[in-house]
Amino acid sequence: MTDVFVVSDNILSPLGWTTAENFTRLKEAVPGIRLHGEATFSTGPFYAALFNQELDQYLSRLLPDAGDLTRFEQLLVASIRQALAGSGVAASDPETILIISSTKGNIPLLEAPEPIPDLKNRISLFSSAQRVASYLHFAHRPLVVSNACISGLLGIITGSRLIQSGRYKNAVVAGADLISKFVLSGFQSFQAVSPEPCRPFDKDRTGITLGEASATMILTCKKDHLSHPIIKVLGGRTGNDANHISGPSRSGNELSYIIQKVLRDASVSAQDIDFISAHGTATLYNDEMEAKAISLAGMDAVPVNSLKGYYGHTLGAAGLVESIITIASMKEDLVLPTMGFREHGVTKPIHVNRSLLHTPLEYCLKTASGFGGCNAAVLYSKTQQRP
Amino acid sequence: MSALNHIISSCTVGHNTVCKDGARLFTPSPGHPDEISSQSLNDFLMSIYRSLQLDYPKFYKMDQLSKLGWLASELVLRDFRLPEEWQPEDIGIVLTNANSSLDTDIKYLDTVKDIPSPAVFVYTLPNIMIGEISIRNKFKGENAFFIFDRFDAAFLEQYVGQLLDTGLLKACICGWVDVLGEEYRAAVFLVTHDHPGDTASPTLFTKENLDKIFMEENGNVSK
Repeated sequence: MTDVFVVSDNILSPLGWTTAENFTRLKEAVPGIRLHGEATFSTGPFYAALFNQELDQYLSRLLPDAGDLTRFEQLLVASIRQALAGSGVAASDPETILIISSTKGNIPLLEAPEPIPDLKNRISLFSSAQRVASYLHFAHRPLVVSNACISGLLGIITGSRLIQSGRYKNAVVAGADLISKFVLSGFQSFQAVSPEPCRPFDKDRTGITLGEASATMILTCKKDHLSHPIIKVLGGRTGNDANHISGPSRSGNELSYIIQKVLRDASVSAQDIDFISAHGTATLYNDEMEAKAISLAGMDAVPVNSLKGYYGHTLGAAGLVESIITIASMKEDLVLPTMGFREHGVTKPIHVNRSLLHTPLEYCLKTASGFGGCNAAVLYSKTQQRP
Repeated sequence: MSALNHIISSCTVGHNTVCKDGARLFTPSPGHPDEISSQSLNDFLMSIYRSLQLDYPKFYKMDQLSKLGWLASELVLRDFRLPEEWQPEDIGIVLTNANSSLDTDIKYLDTVKDIPSPAVFVYTLPNIMIGEISIRNKFKGENAFFIFDRFDAAFLEQYVGQLLDTGLLKACICGWVDVLGEEYRAAVFLVTHDHPGDTASPTLFTKENLDKIFMEENGNVSK
């Protein structure tokens, strides 16, 4: 099987414009979540991790020629461009594919007070991705993934598969989502938004907090630009609960099944797993389902965290942001605490990490679940020696 | 890879016509073209549902996109007996379209002006349709939803072919399901690995055959 390496990445979030800045903030326990009072898209105050005006200044400095690219598209361009720099992977290389992951893309334009010309085309995720691809001179048409909250992981899995099939040598996987009245009111209508910053796996958790981010991960099978330690995507799968469109499985069997299959595909045992970066949205049912799945997979003792207490739920970017932070953790052998977690609040005795935990990290798992009953898991490995 | 991937069954829906395996199956109110042209998409989908004599109350609460994809999946699965040794995890769903869930996004935003509707909001993701088909059939295998500007047979052949060839799936429901306003189009395929089905000359799962089936519905139904 062809090896798939992670050679570069970027996170553009309210916590910083680079992966390094983001990881430093997380180690300092700085949350991106704040109370927002007067945003045009809420009827009352709400907690969220939102970009502020500094982002717009940063984008206009970075992309003075952005033309008619929307904020969503500029966020993707800015993150992809940073990840490409020094990666050894060129957008214009015919062996490179661009994969874009988003749940809602330009949907905030639907709320614009003034009518927008050619709105249907502007809103289409594929035309957004094409504008991003052509701005950055990608050789191929982009591939667009939109599969609820597993979109980011599905993008990474799809990129790995396309490389393993021999179709491409490099995959640039980028994801972004912005919070608007559309998304906020929707989750509020489900009574799924927490009145305080979200508290994953906690006894008193009361739902999600939303967040904005853009993130990029570059995958390749080429060995010329690897730096140490070497990070590989060892495998990944998706699946469905076949239970309910807006609530997760009650048993956790389905997520557990794909976790176990991903490990088996890679000939890695549950005892080998050093850390799990969970989805951990802080809804009652998601965290309970994940705890059951982790427990069923025989990983009660493995340190688990959720990053939602820092970033909120960044939707189509979440799988990318959280995978990139997992990789940063692997490089420093450091598991971050679960911000917002105080008292164990799931029925299985999983090890929710609450401190800066220094421990060797060789095999790490990232999971995600979403509306429509979808689940995904991706396995990363770290090696020191050249393959 | 010695085993071949086959299209066991296909279903196309467009222009108020439903075809299964190339044969016109359902056209509402035959002989009354005026009625056909004035029929709304929702009426059309409801009349397909009734003609199939299904009893599935969840159908009524689905949005148009899920209704269309769900009906097409019912039709491709209708005469196919799943081998008993196949597990729920062996069957996956990979769907594509151009307009994501925009049809329902617009309807949801209309409810926001009054009281935001959670029942509408849940359908503002295109992969909810995959969830509906999974729930109905207890399919738990690989899921993916991709957005293109047009039907991309080459991508489906490559992506779904890889899932089948690498043993991740034994069968896959795949294709195109798109709805925006009164414009709609579906072409859904049941594809299997190393299981040519019951027909004497099974259709190979190739981009040429996918394109041929996708196009035949477009006013050129031969049978």
